[in-house]
Amino acid sequence: MTASLIARGRRRRARRRHAVIGGACALLLAGFALTLMLGQSFVAPQTVLRVLAGQDVPGASFTVGQLRLPRAVVAILAGLSFGLGGAAFQIMLRNPLASPDIIGISRGASVAAVLAIVVLDLDGPMVSVMAVIAGLAVAIAIHGLASRGGVAGTRLILVGIGVSAMLDSVIAWTLSRAPSWDLAEAMRWLTGSVNGAHLSQALPLLASLAVFGGLLVSRSRDLETLRLGDDTAAALGTDVAATRVAVIVAAVGLIAVATAITGPIAFVAFLSGPIAARILGPNGSVLIPAALVGAALVLVGDYAGQFLLPARFPVGVVTGALGAPYLIYLIVRMNRTGGSL
Amino acid sequence: MTAATAIPGLDRRPGGGRGLWLVLLVFLLALLGALSVAVGTRDVGLDDILAALHGRTDSIGQAAVAARIPRTVLAAVAGAALGLSGAVMQGVTRNPLADPGILGVNLGASLAVAVAVAWFGIASMQAYVWVAIGGAGATAAFVYAIGSLGRGGPTPLKLALAGMATSVALSSLVVAVMLSRGDVAGGLQAWQIGGVGGATFARLMPVLPFLGAGLAISLASARWLNALALGDDMAAGLGERVAVARGVSSAGAILLCGATTAVCGPIGFVGLVVPHLCRLLTGIDHRWLLPFSALGGACLLIASDIAGRLLARPAELDVGIVTALVGAPVFVGIVRRARVREL
Repeated sequence: MTASLIARGRRRRARRRHAVIGGACALLLAGFALTLMLGQSFVAPQTVLRVLAGQDVPGASFTVGQLRLPRAVVAILAGLSFGLGGAAFQIMLRNPLASPDIIGISRGASVAAVLAIVVLDLDGPMVSVMAVIAGLAVAIAIHGLASRGGVAGTRLILVGIGVSAMLDSVIAWTLSRAPSWDLAEAMRWLTGSVNGAHLSQALPLLASLAVFGGLLVSRSRDLETLRLGDDTAAALGTDVAATRVAVIVAAVGLIAVATAITGPIAFVAFLSGPIAARILGPNGSVLIPAALVGAALVLVGDYAGQFLLPARFPVGVVTGALGAPYLIYLIVRMNRTGGSL
Repeated sequence: MTAATAIPGLDRRPGGGRGLWLVLLVFLLALLGALSVAVGTRDVGLDDILAALHGRTDSIGQAAVAARIPRTVLAAVAGAALGLSGAVMQGVTRNPLADPGILGVNLGASLAVAVAVAWFGIASMQAYVWVAIGGAGATAAFVYAIGSLGRGGPTPLKLALAGMATSVALSSLVVAVMLSRGDVAGGLQAWQIGGVGGATFARLMPVLPFLGAGLAISLASARWLNALALGDDMAAGLGERVAVARGVSSAGAILLCGATTAVCGPIGFVGLVVPHLCRLLTGIDHRWLLPFSALGGACLLIASDIAGRLLARPAELDVGIVTALVGAPVFVGIVRRARVREL
């Protein structure tokens, strides 16, 4: 009797989960198709398909093939990375505020990317490698600075805010030394942008999603037990230390590689997890839905920044303006319930 | 006066000490001021400096020195205003992390100025100041209201997060304003980082009345801040009108940081670092802490400006960048030292 009840509950949750993931994938595909068709000029769906099939269509080959397609692909891949990495941190530290863009990890990756490009004159995969190393270094530094007899969530977040402020000023300094100091480039490294995206940038993103994303998803069962607290997780047979190291490396890797290409797109990592959790409900791991939500946020935010607003804004400005009210809402709600942050 | 001195433990270090430190601080300020005029991207001889101080600008060296004088004055004035305003904010909110930069108040001022420049065509310094003070006041009220909702009042974490969220939203909006008005973006971008370069006495003059008023209000509110430090109930029990005390002191702090932002752009962390360092020297009595913070802020900003000029030769590092590099570690240190429950 009980067993069949549990089995039925499991089936229901799995159905709901599959429905949510399937729906999100469908919406994302629809959004992808729409951003390829719409823009300054409308391109008919069959023309888009012909361009995607590799045919040479005058005009459309350039608008769709050179401008819209790389942009949409990079936006989706970066969004997947940010969403996945952010949700992993939030689950592991059991705090919606402990996302990499609030505690300074994205900033660290951004600083490394800027230094690599402006000062060391590097490009391509080396920039991503530097960004990953710096992201890990910042994660270790914040962890070390915040731990004094156990890591307290509050202290971790405040230390992260301080470190972010410092890293921001390093970015501003580096950019002010750059020979071609222009606003668009500065915006990329301060708020994130997919302007001038190129299809070759999709390769490192895909590789990082395959390696780090795969690692994260394969650990998602252990990660879910961490939600219950370290002691409970250990009692359930999870190797807490190993899981934590794997999750930190994977999440920082995802965030850093994406940041090295698009800059730290503000608040995508912070928003994706809670939005996905709200949609999904208590129906299993939030990781994959969060990744899809992140992709949707970047795709839609970029489209809105380009065409729906009076001037053309980089996607980070749009998501930043979206995310801040949510952060404020979070503070207000926590205050009302009297719970600690 | 009576309320403050009657409380045991408020004067932790009675007697000399503090007077001596005050003299030393004034001496340090004079030294740094002299250094700031003498040192810079261009090496200048002593005779050129003396000539420039007499108002001559015949050689390039003399002209350079003549340009450094208003800059040094501005750094001193802005630093004093920011240090003082940080000390008052920490007193009003009873919060060790309060700072016009962290609470987003400086960014509120700069968004107001950006909007005024881009869409209302405002171009006089006088108007900037009014607009900046308005923006600073509105942001301070907003952040404080959000941070103090609910149980426990304005805890450091809630205020810092409310300030950060507001800062991100405001800086997104500042960027939005700049991108939609490409023609004024260049000037705004330079101003946005926060610096004292290119200062002239003509730009400084319109701000001085505001700074003077803010200074007077802030220094006069020292006694209130001492009472507020005991907690609202105790302060009320001592006969203070808590709401009035809080409102007037905050108004002084907002005048100071708003007016400073109008001239220099948003400069962070001075208001955080200086009061904490000064508290080590003076103890917690605001009647001493406030003047110390003003002097200390002036010293810190001049020193940061000198460092910015020397580190990045032949270019210059904006002072807002230097103060963030110096201040963020102090912020982290304060967070580390505080007990978790207090956070």
